[in-house]
This record gives sequence, structure tokens and C-alpha cells, in this order.
Amino acid sequence: MRYYSSRSALAVLFLFPLLWSGWSSLRGQDGGFTFGNYAQMARFGEGLPRYFGNSLLVSVLTVAGTVVVSALGGYAFARFRFPGKNLLFLATLAILMVPYATILIPLYVLLGYVGLQNSLVGLALVFVMFQLPFATYMMRNSFEAVPRELEEAAMVDGCGSLRALIGILLPAVRPGLITVALFAFLASWNDFFAPLILLNDGASFPLPVAVVSMTQKTFGAIDYGMLQAGVMVMAVPCLLLFLVLQRYYVRGFMSGALRG
Amino acid sequence: MTGMAQLTTAARTGRGRRAPARPGTLRALAGMAYAAPTAVIVLTLFLAPLVLVVVMSLHRWPLLGAPTFNFPANYTKIVHDPLFPGAVVFTLKYTAIITVLLSALALGLALLVQERRPGVGFFRTAYFLPGAVGFAAAALLFYGMLNNDVGPFGFLGVKWTGTPNMALASTIVLVLWRFAGFNMLILLTGLQSIPVEVYEAARTDGASRWQVFTRITLPLLRPTIALMLILSITGSLLAFDQFFIFTNGGPDNSTVSMVMVIYRNAFFKFDLGGAAAISVVLLVVLVALNTLQLKVLR
Repeated sequence: MRYYSSRSALAVLFLFPLLWSGWSSLRGQDGGFTFGNYAQMARFGEGLPRYFGNSLLVSVLTVAGTVVVSALGGYAFARFRFPGKNLLFLATLAILMVPYATILIPLYVLLGYVGLQNSLVGLALVFVMFQLPFATYMMRNSFEAVPRELEEAAMVDGCGSLRALIGILLPAVRPGLITVALFAFLASWNDFFAPLILLNDGASFPLPVAVVSMTQKTFGAIDYGMLQAGVMVMAVPCLLLFLVLQRYYVRGFMSGALRG
Repeated sequence: MTGMAQLTTAARTGRGRRAPARPGTLRALAGMAYAAPTAVIVLTLFLAPLVLVVVMSLHRWPLLGAPTFNFPANYTKIVHDPLFPGAVVFTLKYTAIITVLLSALALGLALLVQERRPGVGFFRTAYFLPGAVGFAAAALLFYGMLNNDVGPFGFLGVKWTGTPNMALASTIVLVLWRFAGFNMLILLTGLQSIPVEVYEAARTDGASRWQVFTRITLPLLRPTIALMLILSITGSLLAFDQFFIFTNGGPDNSTVSMVMVIYRNAFFKFDLGGAAAISVVLLVVLVALNTLQLKVLR
């Protein structure tokens, strides 16, 4: 019993803020149960559908971009020899060494040169870049763990390397792809600093920047119920995804990819 | 068909001197094609901004208008920045405190849920769950929860962000809540790589729990602890969200972090060159720190 009581008390401590947030998002001014805070939030600024849509678009683009680029790159690094291979792999991992916050200002200027300032596509490209070291390392290791015979048999049967990749290797590295996609989603859905710097038009804000702007006095008195509704809209998709894909998340930790 | 198989194998192992160059070259070209998207992204979105941040730091670079070369003005004025020196001291203090507390808490949690028992999965998930919430969302959650008008702790009458020390302490609670489970998970991967036989052998030799912890667990966990420390130190030196969202730098600019100064100089003072110079300094320090820590890890 002692084993469970101390651990349960800690679990309550860790879960309490989430429960409190959910509870206050559903509580009206009079203390009764209501969806009013969510209705309020739906009308805030440019409207919740807009912000939610922005977040979803950036996340989908980031996940798709990261999965495609890291699957192709991981395949190249695991199975091919070509000039500059090691240099490129090291340069990709070096992204981990450079603090994210220090290259966002030049990225803001660079994206301006190519007309991607204030663009959700530009933001997604930056997220793909930040995901690449983890994703590439993860995918290279996933491809390396697949027996070469599998692919060679396909090649002998006249398959090109691309067909071998799509038909035979991709199904074999599916767990790695899911892990990469999950990390890319959580990072792009939740990031606050990059959109804060790279976007300056309120209509293109993703959820974190939009909800943080609720705390600014320029919008009048802060509506705390609506604020927690905003927290829930951001948090619930991540909590659900994490609960469903937990073992893929833990895989990311086990892979050693955090080490760079 | 067997011939083709031999050719590709020879080309791949690089020993096929007498084999025609074509299959090897073709394979190299295919490899380069697969790696091309990675190369384009690394080049345009990582290496180019890395060069540009240095170039920008050498220029007076307004948000709008043409840049003019002004080296070393952006660097010499860093020490006279009204916020930066204070932010350095504050960020270092924060990093030291949070790294110690976070590591201790994460280690405690990891040890609590190390053994496989019924229900242990629930505890691991419960401790980790705040880590699945975005940091900005977590900061906003605490922004409401530690507000005495609407939060559940109003009856205590504590001003959670009213004084510099309380603002720092409250932020630390927020960061511990959000990241303890994350670090616990890192430590658990290390704990699980320690063979059970080692523990069993120690127990047969009559070692006490404390002895097992200090003589076996800690030494074998050293690389994992080192990894956790690296992530915690580098992450904390770059702290932004928690102080921007939760304390908003206050009270009286007492919780302004280094990255917040970069942001303020760039987008409130429109001085991108000055912000770039601080970025370069931070970048050099962190890359040096990372390299040093990687050496220690190996």
C-alpha cells in the first residue's frame, strides 16, 4: 500500500493543473457549467477556426515535409555512398548544436528575400529544418536496422532503388516514421517563439501566439475562462495523440537521437 | 540475374575495381538525389542564416531600410545595453537553480517508477503527461492558475509573481511541472539499460539500498545524467516562453532572459544588427558548451 499511496499523491500533483484548467474552461461567470468560454473563444480576434486552421496547416505541412525529407535522407545515409555524404550528415546533426533562438532573426530576413515572410509555408519550412537532425538520425538508424537482403532481393527482381524504398523498405521502417511524425507534430503545433518572430499579421497566427495575445491588456480585461479554453484547445489534441502513440514517443527517447 | 546482384554488392562495398564504373556511379547519383532535399534545407535554412547572423552583426541593420557596415559598434554596445547584463546574471541564476532541482526531481521520479509492477505504467504516464502539453500552453495554464482572483490558490494570499523572487520561484514550479516527466523518461531509458543481474549480485552480497544506489545506479547512470544535464543547461540558457508569457519579464524587468533581450532589441527597438550581435555571442558560447559537454559524454 505504501508503494501506491506516495506515487498516487504525486500523480495527483502532476495531473491537478490539467484538471483545473479543463474545469475552469467549462465554468461560467456564475460558477455553473457552460461552453460559453469556448463560444467566447470562437469569436476572439480573427476567430478560433482561423487560428486552429493556421495551426493545423503548419503542423500538417511540417509533418509531411519532415517525413518525406528525412525518409529520403535517412535512406541515402543508410544505404548509399556518395561524395559529401558524411559532411552532409554532420551538417544536419549540427543543427542541434546551434541554439534555435539565435538564427530566427536572420531566418526572418532571409524569408523576406524570397517572399515567405509572414507565411505559414515559410514557418513550416523552418520547423522542418529544426526537426531534421532528430528525424534524419532516427530514419537512418531505422533503415540500417532493416536487413539488406530484403532490398537486394527486390533489386534482383528488377526493382529500382525507389521502388524498393516505397514497396519494401517504407513498410519496414513504419515505426520510425510514426515517431518522426509525432515529434514533428508536437513541435510545430506547440511552438511559440518561431511564429512570434516570423509572422506579423494577426490573421496568420497559429494557436499559441493567438491565445497568448489574450493576456495582452490591449484586448481589455483578461477573460480567464476563455484563456483556459484556449489552453485546452491547444493541449487536448497533444494529450490524446500522446496517449494513443505513447510507445512511439518513448521509442524516440530510446533511439539515442536526442544525443545528436 | 546473379551477375547483377554481384555487381551491386561489389559497387557498394567499394571493392569492385574491375567492375564497370556505371552501376556504382548510378548508385552514387541515386544516393545524392535522395539526400538532395536534406542538402537544400540544410544549406538554405541552416547554413545561410548562420552566415547571415554574423554578417548582420557587423552592420547597422534596421528593420526597414538599407544596412550599413558599422563593426564593431553592435558588439561594443552589448555591455551598455540597458537589459542584457542583468539578463545574463538572471539567466545564469535561473539555469543553475532549475538544473539542480529538475535533475533531483526527475531522478526521484525515475527511481519511484523504475520497477515493473502493476499500475506503474499509469504513474509514468501521469508524471509525463504535462510534457505532452506545449510549453506556451503550460505557461498560460499557470498564468491563470496562479492568478489569485480566479485560481484555486487565491485563499493563500501569496503574490505568486509579485516580487522578483516569487516570480522566479513560481516560474520554477511551472518548469518543474512541465519538464520533470520528460527528464524522468530520459533517466528511465538509462536505468533500464542497467542489467538486472548487477542488482541481483549486489543484493546477494548484502548491499543496502543506499549502497546499491550510490555504488551501482549512479555510476552506471552517469552518461544518461550527463545527457539530461546538457539538455537542461542549454535549454535553460535559451529560456524564453516561460518569462515572456508567464512573468512577462516582470516585476520591474527582474525576470528578463537573454533571448528576451534579443527579441526586444529586434522587434521593439528595430535594431536587428544589435540583436544579431547578441545572438552571435550566445551562439558561440552555446556551441562551445555543447562541444565541451559532448567530449565529457563520450
